[in-house]
Amino acid sequence: MQNVLAIWQREMKSYFVSPIAYVVLTVFLFLCGIFFSSMLYMTVQYSMQSQFGQGGAQPIDVPWYVCRNFFGTMSVVLLFMIPMLTMGLFAEEKKRGTMELLLTTPVGNLQAMLGKYLASLTFFVILLVATGITISPLFLWGQPDIKPILGGYLGLFLYGAAVLAVGLFISTLTENQIIAVVITFGISLILWLTEAFSGSAEGVTKEVLSYLSVIGHLDDFLKGVIDTSSVIYYVTFAFVGLFLTYRSLESTRWKS
Amino acid sequence: MIEVEHLSKLYGGRKAVDDISFAVKKGEILGFLGPNGAGKTTTMRILTCYMPATNGTARVAGYDVFEESLEVRKRIGYLPENPPLYHEMTVQSYLNFVAKIKGTPPNKRKANVDDVMQKCSIGDVRNRIIGKLSKGYKQRVGLAQSLLNNPDVLILDEPTIGLDPKQISEVRSLIKSLAGEHTVILSTHILPEVSMTCDRVVIIHKGKVVAMDTVEGLTHQVSGGERVALVVDGPAEQVREKLQSIDGVTSVKVDGGAEGHPASFTVECKLNTDLRRVLACAVVQQGWGLLELRGVSLSLEDVFINLVTQE
Repeated sequence: MQNVLAIWQREMKSYFVSPIAYVVLTVFLFLCGIFFSSMLYMTVQYSMQSQFGQGGAQPIDVPWYVCRNFFGTMSVVLLFMIPMLTMGLFAEEKKRGTMELLLTTPVGNLQAMLGKYLASLTFFVILLVATGITISPLFLWGQPDIKPILGGYLGLFLYGAAVLAVGLFISTLTENQIIAVVITFGISLILWLTEAFSGSAEGVTKEVLSYLSVIGHLDDFLKGVIDTSSVIYYVTFAFVGLFLTYRSLESTRWKS
Repeated sequence: MIEVEHLSKLYGGRKAVDDISFAVKKGEILGFLGPNGAGKTTTMRILTCYMPATNGTARVAGYDVFEESLEVRKRIGYLPENPPLYHEMTVQSYLNFVAKIKGTPPNKRKANVDDVMQKCSIGDVRNRIIGKLSKGYKQRVGLAQSLLNNPDVLILDEPTIGLDPKQISEVRSLIKSLAGEHTVILSTHILPEVSMTCDRVVIIHKGKVVAMDTVEGLTHQVSGGERVALVVDGPAEQVREKLQSIDGVTSVKVDGGAEGHPASFTVECKLNTDLRRVLACAVVQQGWGLLELRGVSLSLEDVFINLVTQE
């Protein structure tokens, strides 16, 4: 167990020593800031218009509306960002030759995998927490309902946990970080698009596609609805990713 | 301590390691010699559990490298051809990390890391970023990590490469000092290094063992009578025939001997025979001019090149 901790520590240090982490954080928060403020502006405009529109005021829960759109947009931005967190995890070890070190020490593949996964997850959580600053205006000047916001964060966390696991797996397949990031991004995009495909499908196909869609579930969370089947979906997803990662690592032991 | 039996490794049809067997006793230093691509690194990778063999078995410290890989890995220190370094870490934090994953108990870690840094003379760069070190220093950090947690077995792939002469000499003394307590396998191209540090040598060529012996055994280093170099002024072919006919001579090599010029002959004799007087008599009795005669002891380099170019 202490090996997991040692690897986790090393990866965390590595994240914050390399420029990748800072670039990702900065760009992400910057984009979030832009999206948030433009969304806030549009929502306020819309809300004011609707108030002066058809006679009776139809108050719109501005914070909730903004959050929902904001989280939705964040999930798209994360689509690009998450693969960047995982691309180097194993690919670079192989390139640098440190894989030879890890595989010849008492560290098992399972421990190495968990250490790295938890490190990427920790960084992701830091990313999410940082967006708290972005949405802080809602709290400073309003009284938003906290539940959908927490639900949204939970949804994003689970979504991230799943995609990070997939990214970790892809990272074990190649030495090249660019290939890793592109493939991970491609897979995330396909899963994202199953939502669109499910729209044009019928019957059982529609049901299946709908369940597999990464966004579909996210949407529920963003509404503040925490559906167990959605939680299971994401957790299973993450487990599949980790399982494949472990298999991939073990397979190097059997290659002849 | 290390037993390798009928080890083979195929890379998609190509035999990188072809049925090799050898053993290393506890406390011994074994040298692994061979041209590039001979299979030294592959063998070491199998011994350190980095990759599996296609055939055969290898046991380190009594444990099978495939079945009981965890036990093996707890007892080895490995320096690969390219030192496995995290370039963004400092030397100290890197060694701390490796000490941790090798299982050094927390209370002994600091002492172990300091000790290893002192042995490899890298104490003065402990707070430097590894990526910014010179090749020589990087090599020493790599060597240092292999020594962490006092492994029973050390497997070093070209440990002195990239080092300056002073550092090479220090590393050699270090390796020699490790014998007895530790069992060491080191691979190298630098032949004098093998003579200086190793007890025994295994020469590998194209995946097969072509020689395995002590250094003395390989070079027949006796009083010098077993290989004789002569320069004779006489008809090359006849001289050669005469020398070849002498009892105890195994082979005669001729060099030069163009019209009118004296030729050089290298005469190989059976082990433990000193035929210098006999050869001298033979030449002089025929009326040829004996211009030079001396005993030549085989260098390891000659043995090596000989064995390796026998194809």
